[in-house]
Amino acid sequence: MKKRSGSFPYILITPALAITILIIFIPMFRTFTYSLTNYILWKPAERGFIGLQNYRQAFSDPILLLSLKNTVIWIVVIIAGQFLLGLSTAMLLNRDFIGRGIARSLILIPWVTPSVITALMWRWMYDGNYGVINEILVRLGILDVYFPFLASSSAALWAIMLALLWQGFPFFAVMILAGLQAIPNELYEAAEVDGAGNLVKFFRITLPMLKPVILTTILLRTIWVANSLDIIFIMTGGGPGYSTYTLPLYSYIRAYKGFDFGYSSVIAILLTIFLIVFIAGYIKSILKEGEK
Amino acid sequence: MKIKKLLTTYIPVLLIVLFAIGPYFWTFLSSITPEKDLYTVDFRFFPTHPTFNNYTRLFTKIHFARNIMDSLIVAVSTALIGLLITIPASYSFSRFRFKGRNIMLMQFLGINMFPIMLLIIPLFIIMKNLHLMDTHFALIIAYSTMAIPFSIWMLTSFFNSIPKELDQAALIDGCSNIQAMIRVTIPIALPGIVSTGIYIFITGWNEFLYAAILTNSAVRTIPVALQNMIGEYQIEWGLLTAGGIVSALPVIILFFFIQRHLISGMTAGAVKG
Repeated sequence: MKKRSGSFPYILITPALAITILIIFIPMFRTFTYSLTNYILWKPAERGFIGLQNYRQAFSDPILLLSLKNTVIWIVVIIAGQFLLGLSTAMLLNRDFIGRGIARSLILIPWVTPSVITALMWRWMYDGNYGVINEILVRLGILDVYFPFLASSSAALWAIMLALLWQGFPFFAVMILAGLQAIPNELYEAAEVDGAGNLVKFFRITLPMLKPVILTTILLRTIWVANSLDIIFIMTGGGPGYSTYTLPLYSYIRAYKGFDFGYSSVIAILLTIFLIVFIAGYIKSILKEGEK
Repeated sequence: MKIKKLLTTYIPVLLIVLFAIGPYFWTFLSSITPEKDLYTVDFRFFPTHPTFNNYTRLFTKIHFARNIMDSLIVAVSTALIGLLITIPASYSFSRFRFKGRNIMLMQFLGINMFPIMLLIIPLFIIMKNLHLMDTHFALIIAYSTMAIPFSIWMLTSFFNSIPKELDQAALIDGCSNIQAMIRVTIPIALPGIVSTGIYIFITGWNEFLYAAILTNSAVRTIPVALQNMIGEYQIEWGLLTAGGIVSALPVIILFFFIQRHLISGMTAGAVKG
């Protein structure tokens, strides 16, 4: 491209940049200032600067600690599940078989399903009185009687995570499938000449070649999964008790139900810090691996 | 050999496809079952008296047509505004190497990293102060924040796949920079642009969290309307599953039209590394 385009490239970016600053970066900064105030919407008289008091409260808040623990479980289990199922799906859909095009399209359906619909479909299937999952498990002899999945404090989080596995595995499958198609066939042919078996081919060719795609996809999905709260909100609302609280959900409930914007902002900021540390650690470990 | 292929390919594929579409299957069956038949002691997988009653009730009993209209207005406007803002920016990122380019690109893509909760509270307060609560406009603004990073990612990738020589030829023929962009590159990128627009439409159509906080009764999009039905004491699952099918179907159909473009745009960056 010609070098002297002058101010033209900047002019093209200006609208997007202006909007981003105006409705994303400035508001985000405001959230930080709210976190230092006693901002409860329906108590305007008491509103004022209180310094780090919200933060002090947060560090001794047992619900926050539980939410943090659930958030870690949430991210690790869902990402691991989506990755493994996505990888298997991609490997299968990369084979030659009749109906491959249709299968490739159908497995994408969960991915475009609105979160509200995902939540209500699974909530109805998990229903403790009339749910189809209960009926199937009883007929298979796995359960003796119906089990109220979403009303059980030990099972509810896992039940919701299965719904998220459903919604998110197609994204992994699509990305990995694209990665598989980019691996040159000659590599496999050469390996076969050397007498390599399927396992050797998988671990020595497929996985190493897929590595960049897998690492990028895990990063994108981790951010998305860590922030997702709408499905929990609709399936259990955090209950029973606080057993399905995660950090974003806790923040949302404090804002949505209590209009406690100060404390809600604190939780949102702590979540952001947690995510940044998480991602920085992830990227650092990738870079370290690369040096070896 | 054939049995081996059946066991190692067809059956696992079938199981995964069943997992993917099973919930829809069950939701559809529930939606054509009369409400009272859903709550009987003897469980039935298939309705004995299939009916579309739930669907008609959706439009007579609750104002679902109005909800659809609200969702359409918000999602279409977001798609148009999102494209209008991001097409020039993406073109610039794809075609020019300028000072600060990489930082700006990272900055746009990095927006996605921040939790939505960092934005919901200040946007709520801004909208309240500007008396924009419970309007389409409030949602369109909020949804643009989600559309920009994704759209820039996709469109830059689509523009990158169009040879730069085409713009150069146009410049040599006497076109200005803007003419080269509008007359040459954008028409070629149109399929990609339309796909990106449809994807923005889908995310707007599906969004729930902002809508639940920024709107109330004057504007009520489909996800909020459905969630309100869950919130009631007695959940009418027949009605609710019918609403779910009605709102998910257009999205799935639209998605099938754009999936090829969308996936190629999305994976181009990641696969090349």
